[in-house]
Amino acid sequence: MPNPFTPIMQGMKITLGHVFKKPVTLMYPDERPKVAERFRGLHALKVSHNKAKCVACYLCPTVCPAKCITVEAGEDANHDKFAAKYEIDMLRCIFCGYCVEACPVDALKMTGEFELANYRREDFVFTKERLLEKK
Amino acid sequence: MGIEILGLPLYYYIAMVAKVLIAFVFVLLTVAYATYAERKIIGWMQVRIGPNRTGPMGLLQPIADGLKLFFKEEIIPAEANKFAFLLAPLVALIPAFITFAVIPFGDTIKIFGYDVPLQIVGYYDAGVGKVVDMNVGVLYVLAMSSLGVYGIVLAGWASNSKYSLIGGLRSSAQMISYELAAGLAIIPVFMLVESLSLQEIIKAQAGMKWFIWNSPMTFVAGMIFYVATLAEVNRTPFDLPEAETELVSGFCTEYSSMKYAMFFMAEYANMVTVSAVMVTLFLGGWDGPFVSAIPWLSPLYFIAKVYFLMFLAMWIRATLPRYRYDQLMHLGWKVMLPTTLALIVVTAVAGHFGFYTFSGLFGN
Repeated sequence: MPNPFTPIMQGMKITLGHVFKKPVTLMYPDERPKVAERFRGLHALKVSHNKAKCVACYLCPTVCPAKCITVEAGEDANHDKFAAKYEIDMLRCIFCGYCVEACPVDALKMTGEFELANYRREDFVFTKERLLEKK
Repeated sequence: MGIEILGLPLYYYIAMVAKVLIAFVFVLLTVAYATYAERKIIGWMQVRIGPNRTGPMGLLQPIADGLKLFFKEEIIPAEANKFAFLLAPLVALIPAFITFAVIPFGDTIKIFGYDVPLQIVGYYDAGVGKVVDMNVGVLYVLAMSSLGVYGIVLAGWASNSKYSLIGGLRSSAQMISYELAAGLAIIPVFMLVESLSLQEIIKAQAGMKWFIWNSPMTFVAGMIFYVATLAEVNRTPFDLPEAETELVSGFCTEYSSMKYAMFFMAEYANMVTVSAVMVTLFLGGWDGPFVSAIPWLSPLYFIAKVYFLMFLAMWIRATLPRYRYDQLMHLGWKVMLPTTLALIVVTAVAGHFGFYTFSGLFGN
């Protein structure tokens, strides 16, 4: 029969050693986690010359596997195509980042923002205004 | 000698009431802060922080928990036996506290010119020149610790729920199995002291001759006693009665509010009590260095030892997983019981040849 005391003593030694280690706890609302540089969080529409870079080419809704992006094209004063409506449903989004990869004009990016909780279902559909990059 | 009641001086009664109050408040506070200490210590051992939101370093956590439980709804299941259901938490709690009546928590100290022994049912007899206490103190401790199981069985049965019933049954089976080993493990101590009085047991260990290291027989007995008491108060690794994964919450599944808290208080009070009994029987009670010169040190030594044993229990809880039921029964009946029986025989034989202690074994 193996000696039952040695493993217990070893275990006790390990647990006692842990007492003197620095806790790994992150005091979450007070302390913020550092998200990775390429973390895929909430989307942002990039801004250039005070308007969104998006040209409403429909590549992002096409590539989106979750079908969560709604785009409607409009025409501005210079007869340029722009996104009159750009919405992402965060309840459907799977944060795969394909939309960012697909974008031919580099108009879309993903931020480190991950606190997307809300009180009403409608609030999870992010409109163009809410998606615009904050400078 | 002033007024006498039933042949004892008045100050004896005043001192006794004071000692009851002090001991009760002390145990109650220890129970409250043992929950906090346990959460903190287990937190640290798991490289966490533990409670730290209520008050500085979370020190108000037990008060917050108590208040929360007071304001919770009292639920009595429709199918429960109401009387037994209400009675069970009390039956579990009272024996846990009542054991402290016989445990000496300090030497005899002089207060306002009176010799007061720090033991609730003890008084200093100036005529004999020694402390008189209950001469079957250990039996009283064993009796009271066995009463605790009734509360749990009653709770399990009165709840009229299958989880509660199985939890209660497991608990009673476990407590009865391990009480045998715990009771038998004390016998070598009696054989050496030749008395059941707790004062005599402490006196026999005076001058750092504590049983845990003074004699090989009592060393083994002390180890077995500690493990058996862990099982008796349902601490991990023997916390099968409340095995969440199998039994929801065991015998207290149907309890809510303060009645639920009373089971937890009983569990922690039992932990304090068995630690105190262990200290008295094997760790020299209030004995320690310089205690004969400064008797006020004795309660401090006692508290320090009790707290150390409680820390040990928490440490064990943070380390060891729960026993399987058949392993538990195997350990109780096939390992610990024969070992204690053999130990009694060995103690008797060794005593016959005068080899009680380590020094007796290895020459002086």
